Amino acid sequence: MQMPEPNQAIISQRDALAQGLRQIVGKDWVISDDAQRRPYQCDGITAYMAMPLLVVLPGCAAEVQAVLRFCNERGVKIVPRGSGTSLSGGALPLEDGVLLVTSRLCNVLEVDAHNRVARVQPGVPNIKITEAVSHLGLCYMPDPSSQLISTIGGNVAENAGGVHCLKYGVTANHILGIQAVLMTGEMVELGGAYLGAAEGELDLMGVLTGSEGLLAVVTEIAVRLEPVPEVARVISMSFPSVEEACACVGAIIGVGVIPAGLEFMDRKVLDAVSVLIKEKFDDRTAALLLCELDGTAVEVDALVGVVSDVARAQGAIELKVSTTEEERQRIWSSRKLAFSAIGKLCPDYYCTDGTIPRNKLPEVLNKMADMSKKYGLDYANCFHAGDGNLHPIIMYDAAKPGDLEKAEEFGADVLIACVDAGGVLSGEHGIGVEKRDLMTHQFTEIDLQQQQMVKCAFDPKDLLNPGKMFPTLCRCAEFGRMHVHNGNLRFADIPRF
Amino acid sequence: MLSHIPQAALDADPNVQLAKDIIGNCVHCGVCLSRCPTYAVKHEENDSPRGRIFLMKDMYEKGGVPDARTVEHLDRCLTCLACEAICPSGVEYSKLIAHGREYVEEHYKRPLFQRAVRELLVRLIPNARLFRLAIFGGRLGRPFRSLFSGTLRAMLDMVPTTPLPAPSPVDRPQTFLPAPEGGRAVKPRKRVALLNGCVQTVLDTAINEATIRLLQRHGVEVVVAAGSGCCGAPAEHMGDEAQALPLVKANIDAWLREADGPDGLDAIVINTSGCGTSIKAYGHALRLDPAWADKAARVSAMARDITEFMVEIGLQKPTIPTGLRVVYHSACSMQHGQRIVNQPKDLLRAAGFSVLDVPEGYLCCGSAGTYNLLQPDIANELKARKLKNIRSVQAQIAASGNIGCMTQLAGEVGLPFVHTVELLDWATGGPEPAAIQGQKLAAE
Repeated sequence: MQMPEPNQAIISQRDALAQGLRQIVGKDWVISDDAQRRPYQCDGITAYMAMPLLVVLPGCAAEVQAVLRFCNERGVKIVPRGSGTSLSGGALPLEDGVLLVTSRLCNVLEVDAHNRVARVQPGVPNIKITEAVSHLGLCYMPDPSSQLISTIGGNVAENAGGVHCLKYGVTANHILGIQAVLMTGEMVELGGAYLGAAEGELDLMGVLTGSEGLLAVVTEIAVRLEPVPEVARVISMSFPSVEEACACVGAIIGVGVIPAGLEFMDRKVLDAVSVLIKEKFDDRTAALLLCELDGTAVEVDALVGVVSDVARAQGAIELKVSTTEEERQRIWSSRKLAFSAIGKLCPDYYCTDGTIPRNKLPEVLNKMADMSKKYGLDYANCFHAGDGNLHPIIMYDAAKPGDLEKAEEFGADVLIACVDAGGVLSGEHGIGVEKRDLMTHQFTEIDLQQQQMVKCAFDPKDLLNPGKMFPTLCRCAEFGRMHVHNGNLRFADIPRF
Repeated sequence: MLSHIPQAALDADPNVQLAKDIIGNCVHCGVCLSRCPTYAVKHEENDSPRGRIFLMKDMYEKGGVPDARTVEHLDRCLTCLACEAICPSGVEYSKLIAHGREYVEEHYKRPLFQRAVRELLVRLIPNARLFRLAIFGGRLGRPFRSLFSGTLRAMLDMVPTTPLPAPSPVDRPQTFLPAPEGGRAVKPRKRVALLNGCVQTVLDTAINEATIRLLQRHGVEVVVAAGSGCCGAPAEHMGDEAQALPLVKANIDAWLREADGPDGLDAIVINTSGCGTSIKAYGHALRLDPAWADKAARVSAMARDITEFMVEIGLQKPTIPTGLRVVYHSACSMQHGQRIVNQPKDLLRAAGFSVLDVPEGYLCCGSAGTYNLLQPDIANELKARKLKNIRSVQAQIAASGNIGCMTQLAGEVGLPFVHTVELLDWATGGPEPAAIQGQKLAAE
């Protein structure tokens, strides 16, 4: 993975830039010391590291504006970062760029229970929104597994998902309004303050959601609040084969049930987990599905019956239904511990993220078995089956030369298989740097050009998080005069990295 | 996380190899940030567990003298271990930071004032007589507190304003037999050693007295072993192994003498969770010393918090109907260090109290051993947050199982603040705790 060549002229101005930025955010909130910059070298992917030019932690939206204006005037790049939990390298720093960290912007500004909206700053961890409104019987639904610490600003940037997004939708479905700062320092308000307020306006908020920090820095978000479902129960379903488990996923959705969550774990994951939870899974089980149903008590009871019937018809050998909240938590604990359990089996693992149509699950899972043989690396599967969002866990040893590269190639092959099966490169982790070079597999050049023109409209100097998402840098000036004829690009020679 | 620590450093020191292994388990997911008190205050990666792991990785990779910034951020860690308790990957942060601090003390020369303060604390705290003297001195200095700032002011602020209790007769080495029943001696159900502690014997003698009464009432023989004393944690937290180890070894000898004596020992009971965490780690601290490794491991295996022990033997039915609302503050060393979460609350409920949790209960109160003296700014911010959270639940009494937190919070919380055992002792037939006597408790 290559990043754009750092601009040495910018790097040489580091001290002067630090000086200027200190005048904006205060001396304590610009980090220029070598030792202190190092912990910011990576986000949730430690395989990619770069030393940020400077780390800046603004304390309010006005400071964000001033920092962006300052950097825009001097041609300094900006990489926005929340808690640094991205699994696609979205917050990977640039050696010639300022890392703009939102962790100090961590206040829930307003809760409007009547309209079920909360106005929050971007550095608020996802779970803190729910904690701030739980006394009202409300919650913020999207629940990425990093929700304890991943910030809502980062969730917006990556359009984060989570177990519950099958039924309730992803981040984009829960954002009502955004206040954001463009690279020029100009502040924009997109969307509305409550549900329906933005009707009739061009959905620029939709453009910003999932834009991975390439278009603007979000400084305030109005999120939708939902009532906490009265009851939730989970069914654990064992299947003697992966195929039958996959078929059951389609069958459940097919009968018209949209579970709150529908998760898949293969035998390897179950074996790893059983060590941690000290519980044995039936020897005949090759794959396990966890299906959560929520709503009113009457509704959930009825749905439990429907799903149980479907599962039996699809060949489930064992069904366990939670009857108490403790049981529900216990059944879920196997899924929640899956990744750390796998972590105990191998020195390192690499988890990627692609999405496929549900009916292609068996086909892609079988291909993965072949790839594992090809690369000589073990793998396990634990993923959001309901929406076909795969998270293959590829095991490797970073200390072994060449192992990481093999794991990356294995991951890339899986993603290519996803796209070939009619799916997409990402379900919820984003493209970042991790999947950047595969974008050409999913999109034609002209698709990418069109997307980059949107980028240029927001950030013509290409200073916001460059090197992420698109396999080529934007050449906005060139786009301006570009005429694309029959898909033949005039600037086909623009270097790739 | 992959580290590149030079092979020579790994070969030279098994603790560096251990650090490499622990760092290797960290996947940089960031979940620890959500529980870290210094991150909650500072919002900065360098003041988070994940940041400190990175700093320590660099420190070992580079070798030699650590830089002042790295030391500053490692110093700011409260060692509350909330990060270790929540870590999905099982990163043993406690061991990493303990050895990291030893490395700092070996290689880094602190400014004179810092060195003097640390030296003073390490010598003062384990020694009850010196500690008493220091408090006396502090009283004389207190009127001039506004002339000082930082650590010195924090020390003067910590000096208790109320008179110190006289040394308690129970804190001298001796054996307490189970309470007689119907005038007849009882054969002990269990025999335990009680760590009477250092600071506790000076600041609040009622805790050990209540513990002994409670155990006697439950048919347990209690030994205060000759030669046992400070657990060594104050020195260990400052990375001062040389000061800590003699105390650790003295305790091991004292307790194993009892354990290997004619009457044996069923457990070592500790009523200060900070000390409990430390004693449970003796086995690790001495694992590389062939003469002590087995002995230390035996002591660690016998260590029990008083609430763990009481759950094991079962609490008697309460003799008074209290129904009082008790807010239970779980010390970090209790809930994170020893993962004792439910036992104290279950016991309080069994004793007839109505138990309330503190919101943001995972956050440290800022006491953290000597932290409130060494890092007063962060400690005070955490204290204010904890006080606000405790007050928010409308309790009548506050309880905790660690003298450090009690000292940090009792003066300002606006509620009688007692040790959990004082309530258990009271409910099962002991005297009403002094802190509650004559107090007008908040309305029902």
